[in-house]
Amino acid sequence: MKKFRFLLTLILTLAVLLTACQTKETEPVVEEETGPFKIAVVMPSAINDLAFSQSMYDALVMIQEEMGGEEAMTFVYSDGMFVVDDAAAAIRDYASQGYDLVIAHGSQYGSSLQEIAPDFPDTSFAWGTTVDTFGIDNIFAYEAASQEGGYVNGVIAASLSESGVLGVVGPIETGDAKLYVDGFVAGAEATVPGIKVNVNYIGSFSDVALASEAANTHVAAGADGLTGTAQMVIGAIGVAEENDALWFGTQASQTELAPAHVVANQVYRWDVVLSEILDLIDAGTLGGTSFVIDLANGGEVMDFNPDFELPADVQALAEATVQGIIDGTITIELGE
Amino acid sequence: MISDLFSMTVLVGILASGIRLATPYLYASIGETFSQRSGVLNLGVEGQMLLGAFAAFYVALTTENLWFGVLAAIVVGGLMGLAMAFVTINLHAEQGISGIGFYLFGLGLSDLLFQKMLGTVETVKGFPKVHIPVLSDIPVVGEIFFRQNVLVYIALALVPLAWFVLNKTTLGLKIRAVGENPEAADSLGVSVARIRYFTVVLGGIMSGVAGASLSIALLNVFQQNLTSGLGFIAVALVYFGAWRPWGVLAGALLFSLINSLQLWVQVLGIPIPSDIAVMMPYILTILVLVLTVSRVRPPSALTKSFERGD
Amino acid sequence: MSKSSQENWLPKLIDTALPVFATAAALLVGAIMLLLLKVNPVEAYKAMWDGAFGSQNALAETLVKATPLLLVGLGICISFRGDVINIGGEGQMIVGAILGTLVGLTLVDWPGWAVIPIAVVAGFIGGAIWGGIPGALKAYFNVNEILSTVMMNAIAVQLMNFLLRGPMIDPSQAALASKIPQTARLLEAFRLPRWVPTRLHLGALIAVVLAVLVYFLLWRTTWGYRIRAVGQNPDASRYAGVKVKNYIVLALVLSGAFAGLAGVMQVYGVNYRMITDGSASGFTGSAGFNGIVAALFGQLHPIGTIPASILFGALLVGANKMQRVVQVPSALITALNGLVVVFVVSSEIWRRRRQKRRMAVAVSEVEGQPPEGYPPDPDHQPEVPA
Repeated sequence: MKKFRFLLTLILTLAVLLTACQTKETEPVVEEETGPFKIAVVMPSAINDLAFSQSMYDALVMIQEEMGGEEAMTFVYSDGMFVVDDAAAAIRDYASQGYDLVIAHGSQYGSSLQEIAPDFPDTSFAWGTTVDTFGIDNIFAYEAASQEGGYVNGVIAASLSESGVLGVVGPIETGDAKLYVDGFVAGAEATVPGIKVNVNYIGSFSDVALASEAANTHVAAGADGLTGTAQMVIGAIGVAEENDALWFGTQASQTELAPAHVVANQVYRWDVVLSEILDLIDAGTLGGTSFVIDLANGGEVMDFNPDFELPADVQALAEATVQGIIDGTITIELGE
Repeated sequence: MISDLFSMTVLVGILASGIRLATPYLYASIGETFSQRSGVLNLGVEGQMLLGAFAAFYVALTTENLWFGVLAAIVVGGLMGLAMAFVTINLHAEQGISGIGFYLFGLGLSDLLFQKMLGTVETVKGFPKVHIPVLSDIPVVGEIFFRQNVLVYIALALVPLAWFVLNKTTLGLKIRAVGENPEAADSLGVSVARIRYFTVVLGGIMSGVAGASLSIALLNVFQQNLTSGLGFIAVALVYFGAWRPWGVLAGALLFSLINSLQLWVQVLGIPIPSDIAVMMPYILTILVLVLTVSRVRPPSALTKSFERGD
Repeated sequence: MSKSSQENWLPKLIDTALPVFATAAALLVGAIMLLLLKVNPVEAYKAMWDGAFGSQNALAETLVKATPLLLVGLGICISFRGDVINIGGEGQMIVGAILGTLVGLTLVDWPGWAVIPIAVVAGFIGGAIWGGIPGALKAYFNVNEILSTVMMNAIAVQLMNFLLRGPMIDPSQAALASKIPQTARLLEAFRLPRWVPTRLHLGALIAVVLAVLVYFLLWRTTWGYRIRAVGQNPDASRYAGVKVKNYIVLALVLSGAFAGLAGVMQVYGVNYRMITDGSASGFTGSAGFNGIVAALFGQLHPIGTIPASILFGALLVGANKMQRVVQVPSALITALNGLVVVFVVSSEIWRRRRQKRRMAVAVSEVEGQPPEGYPPDPDHQPEVPA
């Protein structure tokens, strides 16, 4: 009996294998150059996360409009690809379908790209956030100098704080998130020496409940200005609103979540990088360069909430800070 | 720094936020207690919570009535419970796996509906904090217990109610009988299927409300995977509480209090790596169970399907 | 062992094909959802098929996906047979991968033929430890394993985050501002051989060989016999002089060890490094949970788990392809997988009914004993070990 079942399984498996092999290997479809420019993007979270993935999605929509709609550029996406090896499969698949540019929007995808890109020398790849192109000449890399907007937010928050305590909600203590948080702390401390900036990393990019409770903790500890980065902070913004504390956003504009309490947002404008990449591809360069979006090149924009009445002196200080970062008179010292 | 932990602000902060964090667990775990007491392990709590959370959020947003939102969560959670009951009771499907299936279904469907019906993260004005007159003015205690939103109060009130139903009513007796010895219960004329339908649907409803407590009372937003594993912790807490409502309350509070403690530990700048701090509630929950070696056995018929008279 | 069943191959075939029918039924319901999203279901499912089996590469991807499912599933076969519910596969995969990766990052001067086996053993041990702790807690402190394995998953994730952003971080990342939480890449000599140009790696073959070994372990050794006996009737086993507690621990140790293997294979066969996105599933792809489903689809039989893992792997890989081709949200895919699980597990009732009918016939013919106990295991009555 056991033998029988084993045989049966074997036969079934073989049958599956055979049917599979019968089907002709699908050849990579190489598109003619005449069609629209084709972009595929793989993102870890949802395109509507009001944070990291949305910033890229918005940029693509913007670029598409700039280029003249779907006739000039089309793009497809796979969002929610937090599983690294699923993302790798998606990247390879898009590349083999003849997309002109495949964007791997997540620092965890780099390793896969390093392996895939050499197999598709005619396809251009881009990934972020990092500066590492692995020395492969069809990979672009992009990164956000998120400490810059963090610094500006820190300056404003410290200027507005009456209690002398600020609170930060972070995901895990690394990468883009840590840069932003460290920038915020540096900005606040440079403006009001001795100000208390309490930092909390909740160990997750998705735990909205814990992020929100971390914000509550900051409020209970006396914070009257809060910030946080990554997609799980959406609940924390509500906590700021409920307790009449100020909120400082990053990655995408979060003003609509608390119209009376969001002061400013650092908004990523990946379209700045994307248009440079597209120009390079047009000129025949498929990679090898890394880009940083920052305040100077307009890849990061400080978006002030028009409905929030920022005192004129703070507004002036914020603008001077932005200018200082741009012209290099302010350098941001990041703590370890 | 460490001494700051014992200041009044911090203690009050820990307790108040511990009670908030415990609320979704309380609903889901008490519901799960009922279904497990009758012999059904429901691992799909997380999926039921997510659909309940979305339904509550969407209805509250569109009708601007929070109680309609709660009602929607009850209906949706109940329907999910009904499906789970049908699959495990009528079709005798393996309970753990069905639960995982319903979890995935709820995780995907809630996200899909969110993307198609809302499209972006929005906020809703959730249940406000209710300051209970007089009581909320008591120093310390007032802030901890009497300045919470209404769903927090209901969750706490459900604990004695659940205890009463399980231990002091005929229904409770039947539930326990069905979970311990379905054959005997059946021979005494108790319909095993009917009792289990009741508890599993109740479990679904409670999980739905647990979701609502997040989306329209504590967080007031909806996002894909809003619960982020809370549902699985809720199931675990039923084991912590040894299938008793008071035990579940103890577990939910312990877990949540340590969680808020670790948030404070970071806020106060006590030099522990953040990841290690985040581990604390999980480690300590296990440790407490180890130290209080329990002799309680699970309901004998837990996970076991019942087929009548053949 | 009833000899008569050997001739009844048709019912057996139907039973084996049942999950396939159930999957088809679930996909039919999925078709309605696709229609609601204004997507042509035929086109969508064609993409799914192509993505899972349509080419050499697709098939290889399916098998790559099936490998961790099978390995975790093998562990599940052991623990569920021992009536221990291990939902800690995610954490066990992570800890196995961590220990295995440490080997590759430390023994850089060693040859590949030595490092790979050591790493595999390290992964096995890592998983065994992470499974053994809940096992010991259950056996000696009466801590329920569902609780402890859920908690241990969360602890493992934080442990991984801590190690990958600190002590184990890629030295080249440590110098950069971005500080991606990942380890250095494994040396080329340490990577499992692949069937180029696909990602199909030696781990798949190892998993199949291990499936046969687990089969022998469970039905041809004293250990296996006792694990199953303890699972079916702990009291009887205790009276028979079996140290029940030890076998509870053993079941979880072995179960965890196989999940640990799954973790180390992902690193040495697929990713070549560990990276964290802060969650467990970023690394495991939820194989720690999906492996449970695969094992149950395979009737908790190690050999049955092979086709079940391939079916489930195909579904996951194909669904991702469908997402890309018809651009449906990935959320639909998740919901669809849930439906498949519910339908397949529900379809079991027909298999059991048919079995009962067959059994009734067999009983009336030979006066044999109908099978007892749960999970249903009609083919393998407990037998006295050699």
